[in-house]
Amino acid sequence: MRAPAVGVLALQGDVREHVAALVAAGADVRPVRRAAELDAVDALVIPGGESTTISKLVDIFELREPIDKRIAGGMPVYGSCAGMIMLAARVLDGRPDQRGFAGIDMTVRRNAFGRQVDSFEAPVRISGVAGDPFHAVFIRAPWVERVGAGVEVLGTVTEGPADGRIVAVRQGALLATSFHPELTGDRRLHAYFVDLVRDTR
Amino acid sequence: MPETAAQNTAAAPVTGTARVKRGMAEMLKGGVIMDVVTAEQARIAEDAGAVAVMALERVPADIRAQGGVSRMSDPDMIDGIIQAVSIPVMAKARIGHFVEAQILQSLGVDYVDESEVLTPADYANHIDKWAFTVPFVCGATNLGEALRRITEGAAMIRSKGEAGTGDVSNATTHMRKIRQEIRRLQSLPTDELFVAAKELQAPYELVKEIAETGKLPVVLFTAGGIATPADAAMMMQLGAEGVFVGSGIFKSGNPAQRAAAIVKATTFHDDPDVLAKVSRGLGEAMVGINVDEIPQPHRLAERGW
Repeated sequence: MRAPAVGVLALQGDVREHVAALVAAGADVRPVRRAAELDAVDALVIPGGESTTISKLVDIFELREPIDKRIAGGMPVYGSCAGMIMLAARVLDGRPDQRGFAGIDMTVRRNAFGRQVDSFEAPVRISGVAGDPFHAVFIRAPWVERVGAGVEVLGTVTEGPADGRIVAVRQGALLATSFHPELTGDRRLHAYFVDLVRDTR
Repeated sequence: MPETAAQNTAAAPVTGTARVKRGMAEMLKGGVIMDVVTAEQARIAEDAGAVAVMALERVPADIRAQGGVSRMSDPDMIDGIIQAVSIPVMAKARIGHFVEAQILQSLGVDYVDESEVLTPADYANHIDKWAFTVPFVCGATNLGEALRRITEGAAMIRSKGEAGTGDVSNATTHMRKIRQEIRRLQSLPTDELFVAAKELQAPYELVKEIAETGKLPVVLFTAGGIATPADAAMMMQLGAEGVFVGSGIFKSGNPAQRAAAIVKATTFHDDPDVLAKVSRGLGEAMVGINVDEIPQPHRLAERGW
């Protein structure tokens, strides 16, 4: 069986880190900046970056409708940080014109933990991923404020002022984390996603 | 037991680590950071798709024209910009002026630029950037300078270029120089890296790491004289991971349109068809000054060492 073709939305953000993590997880990885490139992949990763910018570029380069269609058709998508915001049905503290793909039935608050001086590292356990907790890196990160009935909460912060906040969720083939596993060399979450892609095909 | 203490420390959330500082810059990659002097300009930049704005009192072209000592901006003005936009806000401190940096950190700016565009406050020392929770970006004209800044704690590097000119030639020189020196390190046998470190005036461990990985351990942006979409795209093709645009946007005829065009050109820097499309009908670019015509003492890139 061929390796699943996983695209990384390459408009802006930490694309290279996601590419490296997905390659290590056994995927056939391709950058996606055009609708034709999207057609050629089985799944998509939306990287960390600036969600305002990514949202604008998605419109400018006419990727919104094709991506929405693929999500509606069951394409697996994983978003980290800005990618989580792009996958949220509702965004708080964003610009009024900011729009995501309305993928996951959740409400996400932008920069919820504070500004860059509040960015932090903390352990987060993810249900469905065996072994130690993730060493999670949060950078001007969002958190999930509310989830709909069909959304599974995979992980929460368990220490400090943000104790109990939801930072990892899954709804069907859609996966999102507030933190950046791509920055730490821990490939378990990308492996989890690539397995999910294999199961979906 | 010390072991338990260590485990507790590891479990509690920690801020200000090298990883969150450098990681913040990773999130800006492929993006454009724009100089703004008012909240209104900050909103125009955000609307155009900037990944961050740099709040400062005068853009480099005006600093150059008006002369005098150039300092950190008024906190009121920085606050106003922080309130106006949802994207990260950066601000400049003078080289070596650690108290300006302390103030900027207290204001909640997301990145401090220890910048040669302002008048240096210390002609011997740069700021000890490890002492801060807020991350720093610093300018460099060559690899040794970049590595010295990283050793002092810089979490992001930008080429210096020659700010406020609209002349991209110095940024080109600096980007090429940094990349050439990295390639040279990669070609050296291990026993020659010791002398290379001495020549670069940089720590051996860092030099060895770069020889192995072929890249800086932090994100490398370009800055200084970028005025057109083509300028931005050329810098990206030369290996920049993102672009700072200073005077080039708000000193041009149609800032909103030019800003949006430079954002698009940065994303599609390798696609001449897109570049041709976004370069059309932008109106007047900033007038510009040839770097060669600036007397040596007035060249900003030569500040810092």
